[in-house]
Amino acid sequence: MTFINYANREINCKIVYYGPGLCGKTTNIQWIHEQANPEKRGKLVSLATETDRTLFFDFLPLDMGMVKGFKVRFHLYTVPGQVFYDASRKLILRGCDGVIFVADSQRARLEANIESIANLATNLKENGFDIRTIPYVLQLNKRDMPTAAPVAEMEELLRFRGEPVIEAVAFKGTGVIETLKAAARQILMELQKN
Amino acid sequence: MAKLDLVMFEEEFSQLQAIIGKLQIECSAKVVFLVDKNGQQIAASGDVKSIDATSLASLTAGNVAATDGLAKLIGEKEFSLLFHEGEKDNLHISIVGKRGILVVLFDMNSSLALVRLRVKKASRELQEIFERVEERAQLHANESARFESPFSEITDDDIDKLFGD
Repeated sequence: MTFINYANREINCKIVYYGPGLCGKTTNIQWIHEQANPEKRGKLVSLATETDRTLFFDFLPLDMGMVKGFKVRFHLYTVPGQVFYDASRKLILRGCDGVIFVADSQRARLEANIESIANLATNLKENGFDIRTIPYVLQLNKRDMPTAAPVAEMEELLRFRGEPVIEAVAFKGTGVIETLKAAARQILMELQKN
Repeated sequence: MAKLDLVMFEEEFSQLQAIIGKLQIECSAKVVFLVDKNGQQIAASGDVKSIDATSLASLTAGNVAATDGLAKLIGEKEFSLLFHEGEKDNLHISIVGKRGILVVLFDMNSSLALVRLRVKKASRELQEIFERVEERAQLHANESARFESPFSEITDDDIDKLFGD
């Protein structure tokens, strides 16, 4: 749910990175945090376990600059991907303006990706959203892995509404900004439509 | 979008700011924040520079959301009040209306009883303004011709520039 403050001329949008455990959601945000101009980003907040698995969420605020006289800020969140954290995932989706689904390209994780998209659809619905209409981007991460399934096969299994598909190797930064840009474009155009 | 965006105009923003400014003084708090349930800061008063307000807003909303989840598990609608006691500083977190969270950071210069008393009154005033914010946003959503939307002329170039160096 976008926050538009006419007093301060600010627009704040929430983007949530979703996907199965260890698919690269946190890696995406960490890369953005490391590479972004320090003046344009806030502190990276990570609520994680001792073994660095996301426990509740990661959060990174980004100042994106001005559009039509308004300061645009994106608040990036990741959800915990492990199956038993479903209650937390549901909460993090509250008020989100767009979703980036990070798929793990490794063949052994194809089923986990499918289950995670189904889980996303359910949790979006419980928050009053529709996975078919919310601004949405599919990132195919880990393209560098030797067991990565072909892009065509992954699109066949995971792409369901003609959404932008970005290939990525998140730990190197490949495709990370392109993914965020695609999500931002979708969100801002959706706001324009509405 | 499933829910109405939160749209804050200058008049209501000034009123919210005035109320939390008064609250901060009346309960001798270090800082008072008003945050929305999705983790965005709406307004703040006091020694704001001493705290990373963006992180505080996000963590507070997460805290409230997690507590909401716990409440539902045990059959409660919500826990409207949270209090965290520290060695030096304390946090009083309360829900305001449907979408607001009021956060009061105070130390030994104040007391929990005083904060609770003042927050109760301020919450009522804040809630009235939130209701007006929603009514006004709804009204303007229906009057799109006279409404200055920041998104009306957004272009692909504008979006590209956001990601420029």
